[in-house]
Amino acid sequence: MMRQNFYAAVFAAGITLILTCLMVGVKLTSEGTELRVVGATSAQWAWILSGIAIVFLSQLFRDHISAASAGIPRPDFGKLLPAVSVQARLKPWLIAAVIVGLAVWPFMVSRGAVDLATLTLIYIMLGLGLNIVVGLAGLLDLGYVAFYAIGAYTYALLSSYFGLSFWICLPISALLAATFGFVLGFPVLRLRGDYLAIVTLGFGEIIRILLNNWTSLTGGPNGISGIDKPTLFGLDFNRRAAEGQTTFHEFMGIDYSSSYKVIFLYLIAVLLVIWVLFVINRLMRMPIGRAWEALREDEIACRSLGLNRTVIKLSAFTFGASTAGFAGCFFAARQGFISPESFVFIESAIILAIVVLGGMGSQFGVILAAIVMTILPEFAREFSEYRMLLFGLLMVLMMRWRPQGLLPSKRPHMELKR
Amino acid sequence: MSQLLLDVNGLTMRFGGLVAVNAVNLAVRNRQIVSVIGPNGAGKTTVFNCLSGFYPPSDGSVMFKGEQIAGLKDFRISRKGLVRTFQHVRLFSNMTVIENMLVAQHRHLNTNIAAGLFKTATYRRLEQEAMDRAAFWLEQVDMLSFANREAGNLSYGQQRRLEIARCMVTQPELLLLDEPAAGLNPNETKQLDELIVRLRDEHEISVLLIEHDMSLVMGISDHIYVIAQGTPLADGTPDEIKQNPDVIKAYLGEE
Ligand SMILES: Nc1ncnc2c1ncn2[C@@H]1O[C@H](COP(=O)(O)OP(=O)(O)O)[C@@H](O)[C@H]1O
Ligand SMILES: [Mg+2]
Repeated sequence: MMRQNFYAAVFAAGITLILTCLMVGVKLTSEGTELRVVGATSAQWAWILSGIAIVFLSQLFRDHISAASAGIPRPDFGKLLPAVSVQARLKPWLIAAVIVGLAVWPFMVSRGAVDLATLTLIYIMLGLGLNIVVGLAGLLDLGYVAFYAIGAYTYALLSSYFGLSFWICLPISALLAATFGFVLGFPVLRLRGDYLAIVTLGFGEIIRILLNNWTSLTGGPNGISGIDKPTLFGLDFNRRAAEGQTTFHEFMGIDYSSSYKVIFLYLIAVLLVIWVLFVINRLMRMPIGRAWEALREDEIACRSLGLNRTVIKLSAFTFGASTAGFAGCFFAARQGFISPESFVFIESAIILAIVVLGGMGSQFGVILAAIVMTILPEFAREFSEYRMLLFGLLMVLMMRWRPQGLLPSKRPHMELKR
Repeated sequence: MSQLLLDVNGLTMRFGGLVAVNAVNLAVRNRQIVSVIGPNGAGKTTVFNCLSGFYPPSDGSVMFKGEQIAGLKDFRISRKGLVRTFQHVRLFSNMTVIENMLVAQHRHLNTNIAAGLFKTATYRRLEQEAMDRAAFWLEQVDMLSFANREAGNLSYGQQRRLEIARCMVTQPELLLLDEPAAGLNPNETKQLDELIVRLRDEHEISVLLIEHDMSLVMGISDHIYVIAQGTPLADGTPDEIKQNPDVIKAYLGEE
């Protein structure tokens, strides 16, 4: 036992040594036209060595550590929720209260808070969309941000080239992202599961690099700016109206305030999230939602019952993509400016983290996780350099103590009534 | 003589150098119970895997309702009305019994997304019909009172019955059962025996059965095929098989 741990410890320490030496121990710096390799300072080496020592010791005394940590009580957030029967009775009231709260709340807080809430809502949308793919259908998508980018650029381009409005572009963005999802998924989903992760990872990068280099169309790294904001039945939220148009404050006969625009965007985001939630909730109760779960549970049984697994997986993948397209369109409208920088791999990783953290398949968990993942960094601005470190730590701890996520999924069960 | 429902000729399956199934012939007519017996490792499950499309046969023809189905995709074969169970129960164990029955009817339901989102009348009608069919078959296997239970929490015998009901709700014409009595107690075996006979006599389907329980096989089969080491050894009525010296030596004798 001890001997086995010793080998494992040596192995883990070796891996740590190799990784840290490559990533921290040496640096490439450019001097003029030359590249030079610079070693780490002695202080950095001390850190590296102590890190390796920690890995070695923790692996060596793995059994003792897990025995000791087994005593730590594990939080069960599921217990905090009332029983299922009570939940069912309270649900309509709760939903009504939440919607009213969401609608009233922005008028009482600062602009910054509303803006942050809007961003959170975008991540909730993305989390819910990816949750269909990863949580419900069990497909690992590592390039989800590509569909988000497609949605955003669809609106940005259609708006700046053809002057199409946000409301028209919203379904177009979703449809276009879905089409890309379909075309990408069709060949890949016939293959084994692991290929999907690799192909989507590559697809995410391809889309980003394409946007970066197709300068004539997308403006390349400079992105697209001056994207129109959404309008309310043709009323816009600017200080001065464009030719032949009225602004919201003129129409209402009130003074101009820039916070109307922020609140309006926030309310649109709330509406979009409600729509996405509605669709997903219906999907889960529909034949297709059941088929996703069945396929995740036993693919062979599904095939023997005549279910076409490629089509079923493809539908989940396409739905997920369209949700990202939706979110992307809104993102472009809110920012007014987009560039490929907003759609890097780390975004995909964060969205995936939201899904995993939330408890795959659980919508409430995903919403909670999206809030945690967007609001915490705002509170911990001083630590922003360590953000990725904290993020990694959080993931490791989650996998260790709560692999099923904050609130593991509970699917609504179909009942036979007689 | 009734018409041939399944007609298998020279079915062969090779795994590398191993010939798991060697030139097997099978014939199943409408409303017949046909059994395949043979010692463990004889290749019976592999025959099922070939018939149901899980493995593409290396050689041979499989005619189902007069149509060549060898090499078709598994789900396509299932949709044609040839449905199987597995030697080890394969249920969707986190789903309820009724949901297991609904998944099996996936292609009979309205899968139009818009229809489902807004619960149109056709959508609800088809769902209700699926529910009714599910309830009917649960009743047939005596499982109706467990409809809202999670499938994973059922007893082994109940899981076996649910698996058969789940196949039947897809409205097959030929049901392939792979050792359905394995692990059942004598009482449950008797129920199974009655159920299979009822499937043939009342519901007018054919059953191809792999089974080790000799009294079950001899009692209900219209025809029996014996294979040993992948090769056909004998076939005939139960009485003929019981008296066949080759069979007695190779199979019955060792028990
Ligand atoms: N996928 C496979 N790859 C290689 N050999 C296999 C495979 N499936 C079955 N076999 C072999 O085929 C033979 C018959 O197996 P099987 O059909 O399961 O027998 P039975 O169901 O009659 O007990 C066995 O020797 C088994 O090892
Ligand atoms: Mg077998």
